[in-house]
Amino acid sequence: YTQLLFSCQFSDSAGYVGFANLPNQVHRKSVKKGFEFTLMVVGESGLGKSTLINSLFLTDLYPERYIPGAAEKIERTVQIEASTVEIEERGVKLRLTVVDTPGYGDAINSQDCFKTIIQYIDNQFERYLHDESGLNRRHIIDNRVHCCFYFISPFGHGLKPLDVEFMKALHGKVNIVPVIAKADTLTLKERERLKRRVLDEISEHGIRIYQLPDADSDEDEEFKEQTRVLKASFTPNFIPFAVIGSNQLIEVKGKKIRGRLYPWGVVEVENPEHNDFLKLRTMLVTHMQDLQEVTQDLHYENFRSERLKRTGK
Amino acid sequence: AGPVESKNEAAMSELVPESRQKPVVPMKPTGINANLLGYIGIDTIIEQMRKKTMKTGFDFNIMVVGQSGLGKSTLVNTLFKSQVSRKSSGWNREEKIPKTVEIKAIGHVIEEGGVKMKLTVIDTPGFGDQINNENCWEPIEKYINEQYEKFLKEEVNIARKKRIPDTRVHCCLYFISPTGHSLRPLDLEFMKHLSKVVNIIPVIAKADTMTLEEKTEFKQRVRKELEVNGIEFYPQKEFDEDLEDKTENDKIRQESMPFAVVGSDKEYQVNGKRVLGRKTPWGIIEVENLTHCEFALLRDFVIRTHLQDLKEVTHNIHYETYRAKRLNDNGGLPPMTVETEENHESNL
Repeated sequence: YTQLLFSCQFSDSAGYVGFANLPNQVHRKSVKKGFEFTLMVVGESGLGKSTLINSLFLTDLYPERYIPGAAEKIERTVQIEASTVEIEERGVKLRLTVVDTPGYGDAINSQDCFKTIIQYIDNQFERYLHDESGLNRRHIIDNRVHCCFYFISPFGHGLKPLDVEFMKALHGKVNIVPVIAKADTLTLKERERLKRRVLDEISEHGIRIYQLPDADSDEDEEFKEQTRVLKASFTPNFIPFAVIGSNQLIEVKGKKIRGRLYPWGVVEVENPEHNDFLKLRTMLVTHMQDLQEVTQDLHYENFRSERLKRTGK
Repeated sequence: AGPVESKNEAAMSELVPESRQKPVVPMKPTGINANLLGYIGIDTIIEQMRKKTMKTGFDFNIMVVGQSGLGKSTLVNTLFKSQVSRKSSGWNREEKIPKTVEIKAIGHVIEEGGVKMKLTVIDTPGFGDQINNENCWEPIEKYINEQYEKFLKEEVNIARKKRIPDTRVHCCLYFISPTGHSLRPLDLEFMKHLSKVVNIIPVIAKADTMTLEEKTEFKQRVRKELEVNGIEFYPQKEFDEDLEDKTENDKIRQESMPFAVVGSDKEYQVNGKRVLGRKTPWGIIEVENLTHCEFALLRDFVIRTHLQDLKEVTHNIHYETYRAKRLNDNGGLPPMTVETEENHESNL
């Protein structure tokens, strides 16, 4: 009790109990514990997924990367590869797991290519369900997929049949965030057109992608403003995020920035006039908590109730 | 008749297909008005052929194959500097991706420097766009063989047309997606099957997505993959006629191809000149600038230097292979034609 009084801002007025300080305690405990987050990345090979992930988290998750040739890809099925990296920033620890799905969409016949992915997601739910129902629940590890970046090709006219089928099959199991990488392939007009097409097709097929929550009234102004800007982004202007990734440093006007050097100019990753990279990063970082909550409250609960209904528990 | 263009380009003479006949006996160099003993005038045949070609004009049939959105129509329009291919530019609500591969042939007459070309662009919408793309090349192979069959039937006719309308595919541009990784399984399968029946020219589409380094690496990788898988794209090594051909074509095969191209039908002002290009927030990509992309190389290759050869290889090699197989299957006899006057589709 004295601890609470000590750290609270309010004077010891009558009626004040002190549990308003609870969020600070939760915050402090979480910071000590660290956060876990699992991000799945899905898309045909060559769409810039790995480069984008490396750019987002300023790391190299794929140091010894082997890119198979076409002949090898003919026989390959979809693999699930998870890499975990610990990122620390200002005392906050994040244990980030990136789940890659090489082989997706590469085969001539891609009919079964998301079965493996669905299975993986379900397996994580299953494991969590099992742990949750077990006796010793002190150290449940949450390996559930909290967010799935689905990569749409910048070279097409909109969603491909495979994109539609995948999203319809997965929107009830994971938070889907559609992304267009290699956005420097498009002029601004083409980008707008592609985004509009994709959004139209998403709504046409009744696909439910991840929605930003409204900022709660007691959040601070800065957060509210950020959310407002982001929510505006989630209108036809920004979703899907059209991004460019790069870990190469190029000198522009005396500064070293991350970008891509072409004979006709330099594309800057962190320039909001060039692409939505910063918006995507902000979205992910400020909404990690919410992504986890939605996974827990919506997708996991759906899975759980289906499962329990089936086994007739 | 489609759009007609007259241009006074310096390169107009290059459009006239050059004769591949080489003189058996080297001629003594002479002046134009030479009345010297020894000048016969045989070399004027080149001028005669040129006049004839200008009068009759010629057919050229080019097929484009690749996933939707790779810029096929835009590229063809850029190649021939006219709207010869209807851009899909985003499927309209009513025009979804077809469930099977369709073959759409559209003909136009283009004129340049007094030479008329009847250009037919054959589009293949639906190729590679489905979830299951197994055997999606079959309708394409079927179409190509059907054109050979049409020609064969005309050839064996008793009362033949003076000039058999040529609908055979002279050139097939195959569009590779610029992933920067490698070819896709479908690319391999298509090219393996079709390089045996038609001239395939692989191009890397939307090349403005790659930096110079990435482009060089990708091209090398693709060339290697094609070689390892025994895919002979045009110009095929086995059809090089002589050392001169071989040297020229070797360079193209081993260094330039596959051409990494960018297409556009929009013009912008760059350094005081109007150029075809793409405008982005970070710069303007100039289609005909060789430091930006290899469109000009592709254009020169297909139109200005190898146009006639493409037709000849189609006629002398691919068509003959088909014909020989047909005659063999038929026990050495030509296929029976009941009608003496087939109703040929008007090509205009």
